[in-house]
Amino acid sequence: MNTQAHTCTGLHEIAAQVRAGASTASSRVEACLARISDRGTALHAFNEVHADEARAAATRIDASIKRGENPGALAGVILAIKDNIATTQGHTTCSSRFLENYRSPFDASVIQRLQSQGAILIGKTNLDEFAMGSSTENSAFGATRNPWDQTRVPGGSSGGSAAAVSAGFCDAALGSDTGGSIRQPASLCGCVGFKPTYGRISRYGLVAFGSSLDQIGPFAKDVRGCAELFEAMAGRDTLDSTTVDLPVPDCCTQLDEPLRGLRIGVPREYRTDANAPSVARALDEAIAAYKSMGATIVDVELPLTDVGISTYYVIAPAEASSNLARFDGIRYGHRATLEAGEGLEDLYAKSRSQGFGPEVQRRIMLGTYVLSSGYYDAYYNRALQVRRRIREEFDHAFTKCDVLLGPTSPIPAFEIGGKKDPWAMYLCDVYTVNTNIAGIPGISLNTSYAQEGNSTLPIGMQLQGPAFSEALLLRAARMLERTMPPSYPA
Amino acid sequence: MSERELSIQDVRHIAKLSRLAPDDATVESMRSALSSILGHIAKLSTIDVAGVEPMAHPLALSNRLAADEPGATLPIELVLLNAPAKVDRYLAVPKVLDEGGA
Repeated sequence: MNTQAHTCTGLHEIAAQVRAGASTASSRVEACLARISDRGTALHAFNEVHADEARAAATRIDASIKRGENPGALAGVILAIKDNIATTQGHTTCSSRFLENYRSPFDASVIQRLQSQGAILIGKTNLDEFAMGSSTENSAFGATRNPWDQTRVPGGSSGGSAAAVSAGFCDAALGSDTGGSIRQPASLCGCVGFKPTYGRISRYGLVAFGSSLDQIGPFAKDVRGCAELFEAMAGRDTLDSTTVDLPVPDCCTQLDEPLRGLRIGVPREYRTDANAPSVARALDEAIAAYKSMGATIVDVELPLTDVGISTYYVIAPAEASSNLARFDGIRYGHRATLEAGEGLEDLYAKSRSQGFGPEVQRRIMLGTYVLSSGYYDAYYNRALQVRRRIREEFDHAFTKCDVLLGPTSPIPAFEIGGKKDPWAMYLCDVYTVNTNIAGIPGISLNTSYAQEGNSTLPIGMQLQGPAFSEALLLRAARMLERTMPPSYPA
Repeated sequence: MSERELSIQDVRHIAKLSRLAPDDATVESMRSALSSILGHIAKLSTIDVAGVEPMAHPLALSNRLAADEPGATLPIELVLLNAPAKVDRYLAVPKVLDEGGA
């Protein structure tokens, strides 16, 4: 794999060049379309490429600059959008047969905010159906492939967005993260993926999966790009009552200034036999890098780490079973044809069974079961009690350290078809689900590589911080990025 | 929460509650997959949660009321573009009530 070193200048710098006339939005769109034309079909990162709409938006931005106007801090920045985020541009399918023909009559709040600052949408990216998966193999429209090795998965569920950024199909992308769905694919594709604190970014227009866990976040080629998109999207939204009424922190001004006296917590539970040797080595390298920058490494304990997956696979399916009840074949989406004598109940059940794939049906049934009479206390209520204990463990750890460091995923990208057992797939998220369970922010960035056969595969490290500590977390991530600069497939 | 193997009847009952209509082969594969997942989830029963308040949400939320002022809504024509079946400006659905009402 030929790679190219990436200069970490972020997205505002791109927009500044466009506004200054050193580059044009139109030429930037054409460059992305050319790369998509070259590798797009093979990787299947996109469900839909919006060439005409992107060209038209670029023409409008270039014209407005010529008129002396300022189209915004993201003028000419090209974004790919996970296909579970509502856009009036094109379809919004969630990679499900159920919504194959669905066109959203409104834009998600994040889309409005980004477009109002001059960002251009180039297409909708593939995902595990309704964001349920860790490999993007659960898409009804076919798997996405990893840009570093096309025989391997990009991770998931936002695998299309991660692959699109790493392959250079766009400048940055949006994903959603319910249990690791931004950070794990960022790790497997070698880019930066950021899940902010729950409540920072409006979920209005994100097709709901687990409402107490879901959070929209950015993918970019560098930490600065993620920081800029975070600031552009964050803040209270009257259309999402769970967005918090806190000022959006300035994450960019001091991003490049190293933190003095930084305390890095390394949970002993993040060093297990489940980690591939290459991942264990990458963690040691990251620890050494922080030490060399004067950070203090602190041993911390998160004993409930490995109970996270069990907790998550009660809470997330429970919420999903409720959220996905809206897909009934009445108002939008797939409607089954009824036989004589069949009625409304048959219409719901047949439409849903025909429209949803196996993993989605499995999770709906699991969630229905744990919420059903006789099992609610044993499963759902108990999971919520464990959830509080997990949150308290994080709170305790953060009295001893500023951020937590560990691998994002125990293994690098695996072969397509390599994980047939659902539980084996679920374990891919062992280091990421608890971030969502606790509602804290987490970021993954590429720090190392594994050599597997002829393949070079990226390895990501994850940093987690206390709730609403985004400015600190991004700065800590930027420190690591400077010592281990990223490169991408040429 | 004892580890338990789901029966075919259990799965059919859950499917009914889930508004799903799995065929016989799917019921069997679902029985096996769900039983296996529930076996793993049984780990939760080993955690001491005595006296722990359940945490349904990461934020301490309180109800927020919007100002009671009419605002712009989506045009019905636009919303109905996604309707699988419609009559005039209404969604069409199978008959729910018997003749003369139920």
